Amino acid sequence: MGLLNLFKNFIKNKKQMSMMEQIQQPWPWYVAGILIGLIVPALLILGNKTFGISSNLRHVCAACIPAGLPFFKYDWKKEVWNFFFVGGIFGGAFIANTFLMTGAPIEVSPALQSELAGYGLTDFSYMLPKELFSFESLLTVRGFIIMVVGGFLVGFGTRYAGGCTSGHAIMGLSNLQWPSLVATICFMAGGFFMANIILPWILSL
Amino acid sequence: MNNEKVQNIDSNTACVNASEQQHPAWYNLKYAAVGIIFGIVFVKAEIISWFRIQEMFRLQSFHMFGVIGTAVVVGAISVFLIKKLKVKTIHGEEIKIADKEFNKGQIYGGLLFGFGWALTGACPGPLFAHIGAGFYAVLVVILSAVAGTWTYGYFKDKLPH
Repeated sequence: MGLLNLFKNFIKNKKQMSMMEQIQQPWPWYVAGILIGLIVPALLILGNKTFGISSNLRHVCAACIPAGLPFFKYDWKKEVWNFFFVGGIFGGAFIANTFLMTGAPIEVSPALQSELAGYGLTDFSYMLPKELFSFESLLTVRGFIIMVVGGFLVGFGTRYAGGCTSGHAIMGLSNLQWPSLVATICFMAGGFFMANIILPWILSL
Repeated sequence: MNNEKVQNIDSNTACVNASEQQHPAWYNLKYAAVGIIFGIVFVKAEIISWFRIQEMFRLQSFHMFGVIGTAVVVGAISVFLIKKLKVKTIHGEEIKIADKEFNKGQIYGGLLFGFGWALTGACPGPLFAHIGAGFYAVLVVILSAVAGTWTYGYFKDKLPH
């Protein structure tokens, strides 16, 4: 009987914040980290696939615009699983955004808030600053640099480095590959340099 | 096409498909299922947020370091156990993970990707999640990333590696 009461109390406490409400809150880093880490064995066990998303950009080139380049001359159809994986990411993001959100603004650290306010970025209602990521923003200098130049660097850089955050930082480091450690350190170094030294200037344009 | 040559081209990239088994196309749905979970985590843990990435690069928040750090620890333990216990795939195949070979691209490319990561606030995974979450303007970023990948393929032999 004692155990049953304990269980009832546990349920009662839990009910103060329902399951749905808990899911709707932003998830803590350890929940996200564990789930993302488990993708590594999941893909390996489901079919010997190594985690890596930027390869999809290459497969798109190989499938649509190979232009006779040797780098895009391979059997991309063997990599179709990765398109399914990315399709899943798309679907999961849609589900989360449609059903699992509170609609509350993103909590942003006060230091970043005040820095961004200096550049006229004050809208924290979405995951992305609406002032920068919109079709209209493409016609502004800073919007163009952030979306078009930024995207180009992501595509060029990941392929030059042979992987991105998933392929090198998570998959490569999980497999104790030292080239992936070099790549990860460079990702971070590049990011720190851009975010602290160059981005403030771009945002002020 | 010559198979050996394909292997060669792939050897210094992240995409080496280790499985030699052939399966019907619908088998790929299992990867879509894993992707759905990943996509939900991306949004719910705000990993796709431009603000979270800016905080990470300004050391204003532990969040992203916690996410990536935990993922690496869980991934490393999993890979260790898979190797130690000789775990097979659900189709009974031996699990193989290709080694990454070092070349200078990991330095130059890594820095360039770092620039792009800080600008767009997204690595390739979150870019796809943005579209699912309704930020259609990010399509421009993805198209530009495809253009960047293509440009790399065009100049590959002229770049230092």
